[in-house]
Amino acid sequence: MTEKKVSRKDFMNIIWGAAGAAAAAELTLVGLRFLSPRSGEGEFGGTFNLGDFNQFPTGSVTPVEAGRFYLVRMEDGGFLAVYRRCTHLGCAVPFDQASRQFVCPCHGSEFTMDGDVLNQPAPRPLDLFELTITDNGEIVVDTRNSIERDEASPAQIIYA
Amino acid sequence: MPEQTIPPAHEQGLLARIRRSIQRGPLPPEDDRGRMKMVLDSLILHIHPPKVSRPALKLSYTFGLGGLLILLSAILAVTGVLLLFVYTPSPDAAYQSMIALQTEIPYGNLIRNLHHWSGNLMVVVGVLHLLRVFYTAGFTRPREFNWVMGVGLLLLIVAANFTGYLLPWDQLAYWAVTVGTSLLDYLPVIGEPLTRLLLGGSEVGAATLTNFYGMHIALIPLGIFALVSFHIWRVRKDTITVPREIGQDADTEKVTTMPHLVSIEFIYALVWLALLITWSAFINAPLESAADPAHSPNPAKAAWYFMGFQELLLHFHPLFGAIIIPGLGLASLLLIPYLDQDMETIGVWFRSTQGRTLSRFSFLLGMAATFGFVWLDEVWLDFPGWLPFLPSALSNGWIPLAFLLLALIGYFELLKKSGARNCEARQALFTLLLASFITLTFIGIFMRGEGMSLILPWS
Repeated sequence: MTEKKVSRKDFMNIIWGAAGAAAAAELTLVGLRFLSPRSGEGEFGGTFNLGDFNQFPTGSVTPVEAGRFYLVRMEDGGFLAVYRRCTHLGCAVPFDQASRQFVCPCHGSEFTMDGDVLNQPAPRPLDLFELTITDNGEIVVDTRNSIERDEASPAQIIYA
Repeated sequence: MPEQTIPPAHEQGLLARIRRSIQRGPLPPEDDRGRMKMVLDSLILHIHPPKVSRPALKLSYTFGLGGLLILLSAILAVTGVLLLFVYTPSPDAAYQSMIALQTEIPYGNLIRNLHHWSGNLMVVVGVLHLLRVFYTAGFTRPREFNWVMGVGLLLLIVAANFTGYLLPWDQLAYWAVTVGTSLLDYLPVIGEPLTRLLLGGSEVGAATLTNFYGMHIALIPLGIFALVSFHIWRVRKDTITVPREIGQDADTEKVTTMPHLVSIEFIYALVWLALLITWSAFINAPLESAADPAHSPNPAKAAWYFMGFQELLLHFHPLFGAIIIPGLGLASLLLIPYLDQDMETIGVWFRSTQGRTLSRFSFLLGMAATFGFVWLDEVWLDFPGWLPFLPSALSNGWIPLAFLLLALIGYFELLKKSGARNCEARQALFTLLLASFITLTFIGIFMRGEGMSLILPWS
């Protein structure tokens, strides 16, 4: 193999070019971090403590307005925190008490109580938020990141 | 020709000396040479060449669309700066600012209307400008890159419109931006983080308003200013194409820019300004009730220029409706000047008589086919239902897209078989897709009712 010669001038050009690229990358990263979303506790994007789980009857859907989710308690006593945002194009999905379904007013998607798709155009079930039940029976919902799911399954339901 | 002699400073009065210090060179210039020098020496006028082609001055060639875009930018800058003084970008105060504009502030409505209508008109005129350049082959060498910059500018215009759409913070704004940014969510991998960054969270909220405000009043206008400077500089350097009739050589006569072009521009701008002010005095920009994140209206629609994409989304898997098909469209748009280098047809409307006929036919065909497909999809077409064992990205994405592409390629080959030149066939294909997009936008705006069901436009 022949050794490729890099002249002093080429070498300096490469070093300065690399330094320029590094500077641009650093500043881009700083800018992006600067602009990244912020959120606090007790408002949407933070965590919610909803108190003792026994206060929610089985088979109930309770809207948590500030958290933009529904606390769903299934007939068997399990819990789900269902994000209000339609998975089709982001409209707010109200729960229809009469039909026991979520019905999107924008484009007509329909979902079961646990968020599974009954009627398209929604491409996947309603998203969930991470729900934990503490040792003393309090429900805590973390709305920082919504959890996308391809299918609704009983494994997603949280029990006390 | 003798230079005009300027008397020594001490022989002039103070006022004359002040006037002379503002205007370089004699005013008014006395001959063609003086007029050309005036254009060259002036900061504002030097964006023009000293002489321009006489036939290219005809309004029926350029329709003054580029100039109209500059005028609209100027109106938007002035009214925008005025609006800055009364607008507060927070969810609690934004809608109050709108009410104040409507009720308290003298001419508040007029200024907001002017800003609103000029902004919307800019999208329309931007598209028309692109079409004018396309149909007179104004993108051929050496102007290819200026076409690319023009497409970039059109995207920036749409971005400026879309970010401005949110600022009134009414129901229309809130849900149009929710639906519009949700389209972006379907981008693979980068869609979700990008949407989060834009919205400043996972939903439209206070952070979104701050973000959109910053983009609308600073980032995007600066981007447009930078790019448009480059765009105009290239027009100045490459000159605009000269119109000609089919089979004839271009008329090479040139006239001085001052006054021939400048006077036309001035009158044209004045007429448009009058039209816009009259329109804005009588027709109010829409304002609905204050934004309510808990209640979506039925139907919730994106901004009108996105309705074509929202309509596509009703027929295709989201990845295709929101990303792949628009992406293919944009890529082809950017590639047009590099594929088409037929220098013999520059400046001829629709390339030739045959090109004109084919374009007209393709436009009608595109409209009819799009109406037909939308109707068929409503009553019969159902790939996911026929092929339930396939994932929806295949049955409602790749398969219908493959059929569409095959049909388009078939049409292109058919045109060439029947004697169309490459550039005429490409132009016909472009026209077909244009008609299709216009039809989709029309259907989305006027023919989608509650729950996005298909309705007649007058019902």
